[in-house]
Amino acid sequence: MSGGAIISMKNRFNFGYFITEGFRSIFAHGLMSFAAVCMIVACLLIMGSFSLVAINAERMLSQAEDDNEFLAFIDETYTDAQIRQLQQQVAAVDNVASVNFVTREEAKENYLGDYEDEGLYANIPDEVFRDRLSIHVVDLEQFGQTVAAVEALPGVAGIRAMGELAQGFVTVRNVASAIALALVAILAAVSLFIISNTIRLATFARREEIAIMKMCGATNSFVRWPFAFEGLMLGLAGAVIAFFLQWGIYAAIYRAVVANGAIGMFPLLSFGAIWAPVLGVFLLAGALIGACGSGFAIRRFLQV
Amino acid sequence: MIRLMDVFKEYDNGTKALKGINLRIDDGEFVFLVGPSGSGKSTIIKLLTAEVSATQGRVMVNGYNLNNIRQWQIPYMRRTLGVIFQDFRLIEKKTVRSNLEFVMRIIGASPREMRRRIPYVLDLVGLGDKADVYPNEMSGGEQQRVAIARALINNPQMIIADEPTGNLDPQRSLEIMTLLERINSMGTTMLVVTHEKELVNRFSKRVVAIQNGELASDERGGYYQYEKSV
Repeated sequence: MSGGAIISMKNRFNFGYFITEGFRSIFAHGLMSFAAVCMIVACLLIMGSFSLVAINAERMLSQAEDDNEFLAFIDETYTDAQIRQLQQQVAAVDNVASVNFVTREEAKENYLGDYEDEGLYANIPDEVFRDRLSIHVVDLEQFGQTVAAVEALPGVAGIRAMGELAQGFVTVRNVASAIALALVAILAAVSLFIISNTIRLATFARREEIAIMKMCGATNSFVRWPFAFEGLMLGLAGAVIAFFLQWGIYAAIYRAVVANGAIGMFPLLSFGAIWAPVLGVFLLAGALIGACGSGFAIRRFLQV
Repeated sequence: MIRLMDVFKEYDNGTKALKGINLRIDDGEFVFLVGPSGSGKSTIIKLLTAEVSATQGRVMVNGYNLNNIRQWQIPYMRRTLGVIFQDFRLIEKKTVRSNLEFVMRIIGASPREMRRRIPYVLDLVGLGDKADVYPNEMSGGEQQRVAIARALINNPQMIIADEPTGNLDPQRSLEIMTLLERINSMGTTMLVVTHEKELVNRFSKRVVAIQNGELASDERGGYYQYEKSV
């Protein structure tokens, strides 16, 4: 009975067949496929938006950390030796990155340097300024504690610190990260559910075919691959759409910030600098959601 | 080859479908499996295709011991079988050729193999000119021929036909059974489950009768006789 050909019985990975079947199934259940893609787009867009806020807040924070210093004014009665000793004590405080001693004369020069018309302030006597320590911190999240520790040292007559701005960046970053994480978890679950239902619908429509395939000796992976590809393609389609939408939204916000001259205060990253990792993460997340969704759906139909 | 050795099958709901069946079918045999509804015929088919497993006893199919077969081996065991159903179970939206390609693809056949094998098998079942026709454009007899072609296409060692003539008129039934006999004469083992008394008697093959889950009779050149004992 082997006329016509000798049957090979190789487990060939029939990529073309799996892709074709996956595509056919997507269009056979167009509405559900559309809903699944929309959910993935929404999920990735929200995840992306909050992640971009968090990334920019983190960047501003690290810039603020680079610039950030506070000043500890030194007791007027302190001698040079006592000042050197105080400098060492401040350097030993936790979270202090560096300590520089600034004399009152240097402080006056710096002050005048900040103004274009130095003449207006040129006659201010040096005594108006005080000797000081300029202190940089390592981690802005511990800014408050560091200031308090330095202020408590004997010989520190006063402190000038701008902690609110730093704390603001920390808050924005933490809140954005937390919201992104929570929303991503919820939306990923919803996306998984919808993809899973889309694939389940496809498997239900093809249950007779699957039963025949199994009865004719199809392996589980042979049955599973077309559905895996279907989920994967839905996930990737959602990821690509979400990426372009994210690009449009981010570019619009960036242009608005630049147009308002606020780029100095909010130095946002341009999308050109971050598009590659954003696209990579979107594609990865889309593919993962799609593949997992189809994986959950197909399992029960393999019990033939 | 099939061997059932002291096989019992009890379903989860407590139904005792088989009670100590012993049966041996050698390569190349043609066997009718007969018996009233609920006698256990379908359970035997399910055991042989590994849809269910025996509660007790040994089941061997074409060299596979189904008592300790691993899950991943079941597809390979099934490739040694061709199964024909009463209701044909063809994919309506595929042409005859696509129905056969669909099954050949499962075992990894190349397009070249498909181009050579499909016309050969269609000619064998008398449907050489129907390759591009859809099943719903065909008569019941023709659809069953397609189902037979599908069962044959991967060159199995054995064909299991579950009521293959159940939906056909007497003339078509005779044609289908003659075709199965012809296929058997070419070396494929044939196990045919049927209720068709006239056909069984006409072909005078080995007849295995099952009743109440037990082997009622097993005769070579036998005839349909379980009615006599009912």
